Amino acid sequence: MTMIHNRRRHYLVAASLVAPFMVILALVFLYPAIRMVALSFTNGPLIGAGDWVGLDNYRRLLSDNLFYTSLKNNGYFIVLTVLPTTLLALAIALMINRLSGRLQATMLALFFLPYILPVSVVTQIWSWMLDFQFGIVQPLLAFITGKPIPVFRNPHWVMPMVALVTIWWTNGFNVLLFIAGLRNIPVDLFEAASLDGASRRQKFCRITWPLLWPVTALVLTLQLILQLKIFDQVYLMSQGGPFNSSYVLLLMVYREAFQLNNGGYASAVALVLFVLIMVVSVLQFQLLRLGGGKR
Amino acid sequence: MTRTRKIENACLTAITMAAAVLWIFPLYWALVTSLRSEDHVVSRNAGLLPDQFNLSAYIDAIFNTQLVTWYINSIVTALIITLLVIVSGMMCAYALSQMRFPGRRLLYVVVLASFMVPSQALVVTQFILMDQLDLIDSWAGIILPQLIVPVVIIVYKQFFDAVPGEMREAVVLDGGGDYTLLFRVYLPLNRGITTALAIITFIMAWNQFFWPFLVVNSEAMMTIPVGITQVNDAFGVRYARLMAVALLAAMPVALAYLIFQRRVTEAVMISSGVKG
Repeated sequence: MTMIHNRRRHYLVAASLVAPFMVILALVFLYPAIRMVALSFTNGPLIGAGDWVGLDNYRRLLSDNLFYTSLKNNGYFIVLTVLPTTLLALAIALMINRLSGRLQATMLALFFLPYILPVSVVTQIWSWMLDFQFGIVQPLLAFITGKPIPVFRNPHWVMPMVALVTIWWTNGFNVLLFIAGLRNIPVDLFEAASLDGASRRQKFCRITWPLLWPVTALVLTLQLILQLKIFDQVYLMSQGGPFNSSYVLLLMVYREAFQLNNGGYASAVALVLFVLIMVVSVLQFQLLRLGGGKR
Repeated sequence: MTRTRKIENACLTAITMAAAVLWIFPLYWALVTSLRSEDHVVSRNAGLLPDQFNLSAYIDAIFNTQLVTWYINSIVTALIITLLVIVSGMMCAYALSQMRFPGRRLLYVVVLASFMVPSQALVVTQFILMDQLDLIDSWAGIILPQLIVPVVIIVYKQFFDAVPGEMREAVVLDGGGDYTLLFRVYLPLNRGITTALAIITFIMAWNQFFWPFLVVNSEAMMTIPVGITQVNDAFGVRYARLMAVALLAAMPVALAYLIFQRRVTEAVMISSGVKG
């Protein structure tokens, strides 16, 4: 009798411990997710009821040029950021890792600092740096291309520049992951290699790179997911323009829902983005688990 | 070490330092700009070096914008988010790590799955929910969707799993329950990780842009990252003030990072799973 009583008490205590998180999760994640699916089959506005329209929103999506433009721009942005930032972060991490003590800490801090800034601070600083009239970078652009360029009003320049700003902002995080990965490599491996007369390059190719691969995979996939969700920088620096040349999926969700009041259609776009990111996340999880298993 | 090796090393160090200086240049330039007068900022003969120490842009920013209000909104919401995320996270992690009950594994899978959910794709219906709860344009509306930080649970669980079982026994023999265990044994043993997680949660909450931007529509309710984007529109571009505002907005997190540098880097590494 007391056993059963005790067990019931144990379960109640456990329930009370997990309840706060689970209740909020159900309220702000689960319920909106279900609601989003339901809303995507209606023609409802953002606030208020709509009529069931079946797959109409998805049909409309498949014939919406803006959707393909957004998809293409998301892809372009991924190409511009993911691999470059990974390589750059690796190079910086290798450079910092050879230093020691105070100097190492200072260098790391300088490269990491931008990562902890709010996005709007980053975009304001760079809008000033790249200002058409007074920007400090404009003389450099003029030197390279022959004339100053209004980068956020030029369809060819806007995405590469947003990518550059994003890399500047987030690269410190990747540097940190690589440094953690480098520190996890046992020092005696390098000592043994040195005794065998291995060159710097041999050490990198035979020891550092293979042992760093799990971290590299982590950085690549984290970046991929992160850059799929881009909104803030594009919205703040170019509003998706000029001529939709920096229009991305999340911006489309925002426009349709909050500016054009198409709750149903916005939900359909959001659901596509949601599924896209979930698929990449699950792939990442599997990839990292496989990598972890091999280690 | 041979002589060429030494020269090579010195060169590499010099390159590293040059790259770091280049990397931090935008922040340096923002600082230099913010300390100049508006006229000097756009004049032809303003060079790269700091040549003025003019605080008028800062005074202008503090007294002629709603910066102080936004500061208060940001501090209050970020602190509440941090507190609730840490407390709810450690409680959930303790139950998942140390207690046995039906559905435990399923709950852990739910936590892991929620880790992958892109909250940005849920904003439309989150907004509708906040409207139903009448929380649009309120602190609670800013806070609620930001309370789900599953990585806190995942990290706490790892650390609680690693606590040796003997630590429990003394408390259990004294008749202490699970709450006593959590707050008297498991938490004090993991004070370091609590600090680290709290700092990084605070920085994340402070920097959040997208959700506060959507759920707030009056200037008086804006958080810092949202508010500073308004400064531009209202008065036309004044670069020195713009940079002063940006630097003031970044100051709390920048200071938090510089003071707790080791803890922050540790937290970033642990919460992304490369160390721990």
